[in-house]
Amino acid sequence: MKTNKEDKILTGAQILMEILKSEGVDTIFGYPGGAVIDIYDELGRTDIRHILVRHEQGAVHAADGYSRASGRVGVCLVTSGPGATNTVTGIASAYMDSIPVVVLTGQVPTHLIGNDAFQEVDIVGITRSCTKHNYLVTKVEDLADTLKEAFYLARSGRPGPVLVDLPKDIIKAKTAYKAPAEVNLRSYKPTYNPNLRQLQKIIGLIAESERPVIFAGGGVILSKGSKELTEFARKALIPVTTSLMGLGSFPASDPLWLGMIGMHGTYRANMSVGDCDLLIAIGVRFDDRVTGKTDSFAKNAKIIHIDIDPTSIRKNIPVSVPVVGDCRISLEHLNRMFDEATIGDLTQKRENWLNMINKWKDKKPLFYEQKDIIKPQYVIDTLFKLTKGEAIVTTEVGQNQMWTAQYYHFDKPGHFITSGGLGCMGFGLPAAIGAQVACPDKLVVDVAGDGSIQMNIQEMATAVQYCLPIKIIILNNGYLGMVRQWQELFYCKRYSCTAMECSPDFVKLAEAYGALGLRAAKPEEVIPVLTEGLSSNKTVIMEFLVEKEENVYPMVPAEAPITEMLLV
Amino acid sequence: MAEEKHILTMLVDNKPGVLSRVVGLFSGRGFNIDSLCVAETMDPLVSRITIVTKSSLAEMEQIEKQLNKLINVIKLRTVSGPRSVQREMALIYVIAKNGQRSEVLRIVDIFRGKVIDVGPEHFIIEVTGNDEKLNAIINLLKPMGIKKLAKTGTLALFR
Repeated sequence: MKTNKEDKILTGAQILMEILKSEGVDTIFGYPGGAVIDIYDELGRTDIRHILVRHEQGAVHAADGYSRASGRVGVCLVTSGPGATNTVTGIASAYMDSIPVVVLTGQVPTHLIGNDAFQEVDIVGITRSCTKHNYLVTKVEDLADTLKEAFYLARSGRPGPVLVDLPKDIIKAKTAYKAPAEVNLRSYKPTYNPNLRQLQKIIGLIAESERPVIFAGGGVILSKGSKELTEFARKALIPVTTSLMGLGSFPASDPLWLGMIGMHGTYRANMSVGDCDLLIAIGVRFDDRVTGKTDSFAKNAKIIHIDIDPTSIRKNIPVSVPVVGDCRISLEHLNRMFDEATIGDLTQKRENWLNMINKWKDKKPLFYEQKDIIKPQYVIDTLFKLTKGEAIVTTEVGQNQMWTAQYYHFDKPGHFITSGGLGCMGFGLPAAIGAQVACPDKLVVDVAGDGSIQMNIQEMATAVQYCLPIKIIILNNGYLGMVRQWQELFYCKRYSCTAMECSPDFVKLAEAYGALGLRAAKPEEVIPVLTEGLSSNKTVIMEFLVEKEENVYPMVPAEAPITEMLLV
Repeated sequence: MAEEKHILTMLVDNKPGVLSRVVGLFSGRGFNIDSLCVAETMDPLVSRITIVTKSSLAEMEQIEKQLNKLINVIKLRTVSGPRSVQREMALIYVIAKNGQRSEVLRIVDIFRGKVIDVGPEHFIIEVTGNDEKLNAIINLLKPMGIKKLAKTGTLALFR
């Protein structure tokens, strides 16, 4: 490598700081250790804020939550060996949900790699199938370009987590540093611009369609295309459903909103998709929790599928019009083409269809009845009303997640943060920490169950240490509720190992962490507890002792058609 | 759906771990590999991987898309039809006792193979061709007793 006089001679750790600064990184979530001590030494001399988590899994979830709330790349830094293996669940979750995260792991010095050295694992090998890409840096001269590439890959195309493994000797070694050039990879050219002829076909199909439905997903949020989606749906007068990941991509307050689709989707959303003659799928991947039995999914419909990742198209569902491209750009084109096509007023053409949907809505709305024991749905419903739908809400996984998806109505993208694809319990609390760090002025709420909150409860200390006023709602039913629900419905009520017979006193636990703990045991205590908790400037745990055997409805049994729902 | 044989040839970055990404994709997604060849090309920064797989057409579409999605895969094609050539090489350790030796040599000759090692009771034969030809000679030699067999897997190029 040629060195110019103006090049600075820097250590690997200093080069890392240069790249972080040039990528605009101002926050890192991490946990120190022997292999990364030189990086931490350097980090301490910069302005980059470091959030010390209590477990490395929390670091990745926090970086994930940070990314979703801010739209920027989340970064985490951990040590080798156990530090690295602890990140795997977080990485897998970010991978399934296409969240741009850069994970920096320490590694033993290069001469020890392969020797089973202390705190050595082959993290690149371990994470190959759950990262978008990963690197082991073997020469300090490659470090700057590799890091730059990692950030580029994480955020471009279909985003995802990228891991860079950094051996200790590389971090200490010195080399001449020059800011790396723009990344140009001959083997990686994401298709942002859609084929316009394909899009034109869509306009034709919309003009012909009697019963169209838009099915939007996380891709719309990731491409920042919510505004364009909303404009398009309103203009073409097409009702909209979304996947779990797509909640917030279209305003839930809009009359065209159908609610979520799928296993716990609304009656009208599932029936609409079952009956539509045109399904316009944007930024989705037709997960099995969405489609149910694939042969019966939207069986009367021509299906249009727009996605930036060609592998998502025709993976699970046959498609009439495939479009590879960025969701936002595609929607911009569709809006323009729709205007140019002068289709005219569609009100009359859609009248029967929209009436039919309203009938479905009236027939089987989301429903619960609040009697003497607190209903979990009532807690979420009340939370929604008290926060006016403005909060950033993270969830754990299971019933708490589904009730949040059903009863907290999201009008804006980036406000619902959940582990959709991986379904990772323990996600919500660290993700809320990340979201609160990204948006210090927003109200951030984690909706949890008594089971899942205990999977990463240690992050309470992180929240308190950094004075993050996140609000944790624990819907305590004493069960692993979703599995218990399956046992009740499909396993003759044999509640094998799903009772959480011992949990801590969550109020005292909150106090032990230096947070505020509140508990509601009766329905009339729900509003006072929420009001007090939400208005506190501390980290708060609000525990609600809810109906033990409440189920999430509607429910589509696994592998059944989504139009065949179990209802209340 | 009916499974068919497909030959995939791809240029990949010649870097550590790239083969593992390709192979890991097949195992992780439940695709199968019948044979696999990999070596450097004229450009030392690039390797060529040739994979033979049996899959349905729908599965094949996914395999191609998934491979193209790997950051280190530069170019990918499926090889078929008269515009392509395909070859495979086999080394066959065949038992050849007195009375069978000339028969073995005659078969080798017909298939334009080469004897590359001779022992008192065996030959090692090198033979090249498409998989039908290799199967044919293997079937003919089987009655004599094939003690060991090594095949390279298919290589393919467009003309």
